[in-house]
Amino acid sequence: MNQSAVVQAEIEPAESPLTPESWGKLGMWVFLAGDAMSFGALLAGYGALRYGSADWPHPSSVLGVGLTAFMTFLLICSSVTMVLALDGIQRGDMAALRKFLALTILGGVSFLAMQAYEWTHLIHDGLGLSGNPWGASLFGTTFFIITGFHGAHVTGGVVYLSCYLTRSLLGGLKQGHASEIEIAALYWHFVDLVWILVFTFVYLL
Amino acid sequence: MADPAVMTAGPAVHVHHELGFWRTYIFSTDHKMIGRQFLFLGLFMLIVGGALAMLMRWQLAWPETAVPGFGWVPEPYMVEGIIPPNTYNSLFTMHATIMIFFAVMPIMIGCFGNFLIPLMIGARDMAFPVLNMVSFWSGLLGGLVMLAGFFVPGGHAAGGWTAYAPLTAKAIYTGVDWGQNLWNISLIILGVSSMMGSINYITTVVNMRAPGMTWFRLPLVIWSLFITAILLLLALPVLTSALAMLLFDRNLGTHFFLPEGGGEPLLWQHLFWFFGHPEVYVLVLPAMGVTSDVLSTFSRKPIFGYRAMAFSMIAIAFLSWIVWGHHMFISGMNPLLGTAFMLSTMVIAVPSAIKTFNWLGTLWGGSIRFATPMLFALAFVSNFVIGGLSGIFMASTPVDIFIHDTYYIVAHFHYVVAGIIFAMFAAIYYWFPKIFGRKLNETLGKLHFWPTFIFFNGVFFPMHILGVGGMMRRIYNPLQYEFLQPLQPINVFITANAFLLGLVQILFVVNFVWSLIAGKPSERNPWQANTLEWAAPSPPPHGNWGEALPVVHGGPYEYSVPGMAEDYLPQNQSRRPSPTLAKRHGPSGGQVTA
Ligand code: HEM
Ligand SMILES: [Cu+2]
Repeated sequence: MNQSAVVQAEIEPAESPLTPESWGKLGMWVFLAGDAMSFGALLAGYGALRYGSADWPHPSSVLGVGLTAFMTFLLICSSVTMVLALDGIQRGDMAALRKFLALTILGGVSFLAMQAYEWTHLIHDGLGLSGNPWGASLFGTTFFIITGFHGAHVTGGVVYLSCYLTRSLLGGLKQGHASEIEIAALYWHFVDLVWILVFTFVYLL
Repeated sequence: MADPAVMTAGPAVHVHHELGFWRTYIFSTDHKMIGRQFLFLGLFMLIVGGALAMLMRWQLAWPETAVPGFGWVPEPYMVEGIIPPNTYNSLFTMHATIMIFFAVMPIMIGCFGNFLIPLMIGARDMAFPVLNMVSFWSGLLGGLVMLAGFFVPGGHAAGGWTAYAPLTAKAIYTGVDWGQNLWNISLIILGVSSMMGSINYITTVVNMRAPGMTWFRLPLVIWSLFITAILLLLALPVLTSALAMLLFDRNLGTHFFLPEGGGEPLLWQHLFWFFGHPEVYVLVLPAMGVTSDVLSTFSRKPIFGYRAMAFSMIAIAFLSWIVWGHHMFISGMNPLLGTAFMLSTMVIAVPSAIKTFNWLGTLWGGSIRFATPMLFALAFVSNFVIGGLSGIFMASTPVDIFIHDTYYIVAHFHYVVAGIIFAMFAAIYYWFPKIFGRKLNETLGKLHFWPTFIFFNGVFFPMHILGVGGMMRRIYNPLQYEFLQPLQPINVFITANAFLLGLVQILFVVNFVWSLIAGKPSERNPWQANTLEWAAPSPPPHGNWGEALPVVHGGPYEYSVPGMAEDYLPQNQSRRPSPTLAKRHGPSGGQVTA
């Protein structure tokens, strides 16, 4: 072994980063872990309040589960188009990126529109932040707070993705930015996953 | 994000270009400047929180007499200098809130986390410098909102730092309206600020360690800050959600925590303490990390049981999620559950004990240098032992039911949380030369240390006796209770010590300001320490390392290595075997080949 090999051996390999392609990816994972805890707290609170309540209405008797099932389906589809958008930019196919990014945004916007429709309907029927003609008032509270918090996340996602769509239309997005789209996709899938939990606990069970 | 090649190569490009005043000192994205900003914020708030404590101590020693010099404070905050009951409630609430969230956290995590992480792992800055800047400014905003609460009608939050519902869920229960709202809003903002900090700290430590800086070559203070960042990341969002629910209950007519509408007051306690217990470790872990580094450096010995130290912090991080119920023993929980919480709490004492014994093992046989940072670190350990031992009593449910909510508890947690102040001083005295490029005065430092240590114990040790004697915490006037009247001399004694404790801090302020302006300029490595930050100039320039990143060749605590000329071996110094070493290990020793 020559001198430089000795030095090499004692240095050990340079520490390998977890996400060498971009720091932002790990940053997003970390953020999502924290954000998951805020949803977790809301859902745990929901569980405790519902368990302790004597007159919690059965969700399907108040909420239109059919519509929300469709909304869930829509959100899952938008996750699929997000995957395709990422695939597009990774291949350098910017037209595919734009098309599927637009479809993803459309999915998000339709979801929000349907949620607005659902909310107006329920509010019209008397469900409110602190009132519920079908029983426990906390049913209304938790419903609006949890779906509202999730809706805010979808809104944020739509804005986030729209920024990239605009950038791409202005020609500022290149194949080399694929990891940024990947980060945005992480967020979008997370919001989707959270919705599946919300749908299960607040609508189905 | 920019492409990674540029990021790892670091800002070599802009190492040399000059930034204007605003970008250098105010809206800086340099981790060192952000660290300094957090330090000044924290020290200012420490003075505010301390002043509130002094007012409380006046009231407890000489209840319902006018505080000298406070006659000007308008009603209803004070009545001709006398502290009314409502104000007393605000005092202990805000004292604790400010100390925990705006003094200890900004200094230990905001300042030292920011300053030390990139320097000690050999990086040029944090992973996301702009996010880092926003984290400071939102933290400051949170602080201003918190301070604003003192000036709104109805006064500041008065429901204790734990803000138990339903007391805090309706304005009429405490008479505090916007004070409590601002309290909630401020902590929500701080939650966002802290989340940004966590994202930076975790990503930076995981991704940006210099070549050769393996996980088990990280200094323990970096381990502690890394684990703290994880705890904060997962704990604070739970508090944020709970704070939002409380805010809705107060302002939008919901009933999350109000039984009258089917809500559960206990839900608040569960959510709060699910955050609150990890929070206790958030406060104490960085202090433990600082202590480990300082003890090793000034004992000129490797830390005893490095891996045990790192693993016990990891164990604490896991266990801290399943002990929260020990704050709720008297809430009427199922005794089986209570016992489970009691056992998990006793288990979490084990890693803490491991750390204590390892500190003692580090000291054993060392050539100890009693410099000021070392004195403060030793004091932290001794206070921590007292706080840790008194904690064991409380973990046992039968005893806790007796001493719960007495001054025994106040004594216990001050030995731990206010004891952190000693680790904080240790850190400031130790790293001041690196942060500001000048040394603090050692003589003044020692003059600051001894009275601080003595009066601290004079304040908090007698509180154990008050507690066992039955004095409840959070009471306005102990003299209202006949059985407490014989204990009153102890209260007077404590207050006298508290005022002296406050007074001697002037020595620190003088030393700090004077050294900042005219202290002796410091060389790179004034304490002959091993860790990487000492390899950079004092203070380090923008980009920290000039042209090339440092390369790490060994662990952080290799002091007094046999056969070496010096008693320290910096991490970035090559371990190329010296002739003496080769002799010691014989011909087959290590990688020595011809
Ligand atoms: C160094 C001087 C200090 C003094 C003289 C002091 C004094 C006090 C007193 C007298 C109380 C009890 C009030 C009551 O129950 O009626 C109290 C409560 C408290 N203090 Fe301190 N304290 C000091 C430092 C600190 C520090 C540095 C921290 C935290 C980092 C801290 C955290 C707390 C907490 C959490 C409470 C409980 C508040 C509540 O009951 O909601 N204290 N302090
Ligand atoms: Cu605890």
